[in-house]
Amino acid sequence: MRLSTRSKLLLRLAVVVGLAFIYIPLIVIAIYAFNSSTLLEWPPPGLTTAWFPKAVEDSSVRDAFLTSMKVGLVATTIALVILPIALPGIVTGVALSDTFTQVLGVSLSLLTVIIGHATFCIVVVYNNVIARLRRSAPSIDEASADLGADPWQTFRYVTLPAMRTALVAGALLAFALSFDEIIVTLFTIGAGQETLPIWIFNNLFRPNQVPIVNAVAVIVVLLSILPVYLAHRLTREEEGVAGARAGGPSIAEATATP
Amino acid sequence: MEAADALASRPRRSVGRRLADLFHGRPGLQVGSLLSGPVAWLVVGYLGSLAVLLAAAFWNVSALTGEVSQTFSLDNFKTLVTEPVYRTIAWRTIRVASLVTITDALLAFPIAFYMAKVASPRARSALVVAVLMPLWSFYLVKVYAWRTILSAGGALNWALEPLGINGPGYGTTAVWLVMSYLWLPYMIIPIYAGLERIPDSLLSASEDLGASPFTTFRRVILPLAFPAVVAGSIFTFSLTMGDYITPTLVSNNQFIGNVVFNNITNNLPLASAFACVPIIVMIIYLLVARRLGAFEHL
Repeated sequence: MRLSTRSKLLLRLAVVVGLAFIYIPLIVIAIYAFNSSTLLEWPPPGLTTAWFPKAVEDSSVRDAFLTSMKVGLVATTIALVILPIALPGIVTGVALSDTFTQVLGVSLSLLTVIIGHATFCIVVVYNNVIARLRRSAPSIDEASADLGADPWQTFRYVTLPAMRTALVAGALLAFALSFDEIIVTLFTIGAGQETLPIWIFNNLFRPNQVPIVNAVAVIVVLLSILPVYLAHRLTREEEGVAGARAGGPSIAEATATP
Repeated sequence: MEAADALASRPRRSVGRRLADLFHGRPGLQVGSLLSGPVAWLVVGYLGSLAVLLAAAFWNVSALTGEVSQTFSLDNFKTLVTEPVYRTIAWRTIRVASLVTITDALLAFPIAFYMAKVASPRARSALVVAVLMPLWSFYLVKVYAWRTILSAGGALNWALEPLGINGPGYGTTAVWLVMSYLWLPYMIIPIYAGLERIPDSLLSASEDLGASPFTTFRRVILPLAFPAVVAGSIFTFSLTMGDYITPTLVSNNQFIGNVVFNNITNNLPLASAFACVPIIVMIIYLLVARRLGAFEHL
């Protein structure tokens, strides 16, 4: 579409403002992580890297990190092996909590968190795979059958390799989501257990923990941005030029809301 | 007779072959068997849980023992309707969800339009990454960042000070601002996908017929992209209704999610009953969205 220079400029301005809106809070929190003062005042009086070693050495942070890893890995695995719907996360959380405590009589624990996470992880993996399957031609499976492959062989040598990167991308995204999830987690976690987001949540209101929370926040950002970036690269490479179309991400993100 | 001969003369075939025959040309069956696993998980894990939630909404907490008694009554719903505080909270939640949706639609449209129709392919994929990255992760960190920015000595007040104004501080305005921030990518992506589907030739045709860019936008682009906007609004609306972390961190006001969360241990039936409010609102919302054709853009 041909646009006047002025409207193009206005559009660019809108994009810059939008991106600034998206990224400035993240930059602010990243700067706070290096704040030499323990108070949250802007601008920070000085910079230091002292909080990162402190955060890494903190045993409760470590425990929470390990718990997060465990939940993320197991939930992702379940979602991958089994291969939500636009309802708010609170509904999922309270519904699962009801079921566990009232109907099944299970006490809340790490296991219930994993089941909760797996429920939305499945949707993410599934969306990635189905988007890929939609794009692949059914004639490939027919060709495989014509060449004498039985259905298992077709699945093993034709369908699965075609889906492989979609599966990996879905798994990475599911892991990132699980690593970051808090709403379903708060409803399904047992007493005394913490994932990393729950640790942040529990320590947010403690003034003396502020610098460590800032450092952990930046660590969480770095840890979850990596799988998302890798997943994006994987789906992009596979789809080539067609990957510029938004069909994949839009469907994938559509039902991924925890 | 002939038919029987023909059958007998066919070579014996393996089970796999016969299965392949069965599946061939029956896409419904293929998809059905592929999906049976996840569907079973969703039906049992998700819909089953929802059924329990609905049932629990009709249970009661004994005033004496504090135990949940599984007997049917409408008391919880009566409480929700008669206590004005619950009406205020429900109304506040729906109002903020609507405001967030409108804000995000206004912010997202120009960005999505630039991505889909103006940017070069390189810039486009860079923008998609830039928008998608924060969408997938660190929800809590983002809310926390806003909590620090909005605090009394925070970056917002610092930036606004030269202009002689104060930031909104913590409160419902802050909730609106932070939610708009959180869910913006969920609006950009569907609109971008919707705009990409509009062929450029349509826009050229409109131009050839003498329409100004503004007329083209109003009469061609907007009607075609509207279902995508509605599709995006499903996320912004639903996510705002369900969030109880943001209100806790940047306001002292209660939203539906806070009431549900605060009652989950003491009065689970009441929490379940209040959780029905977002369900009902979302069902109505989804029905309207379907009428507007939004589902093709999900």
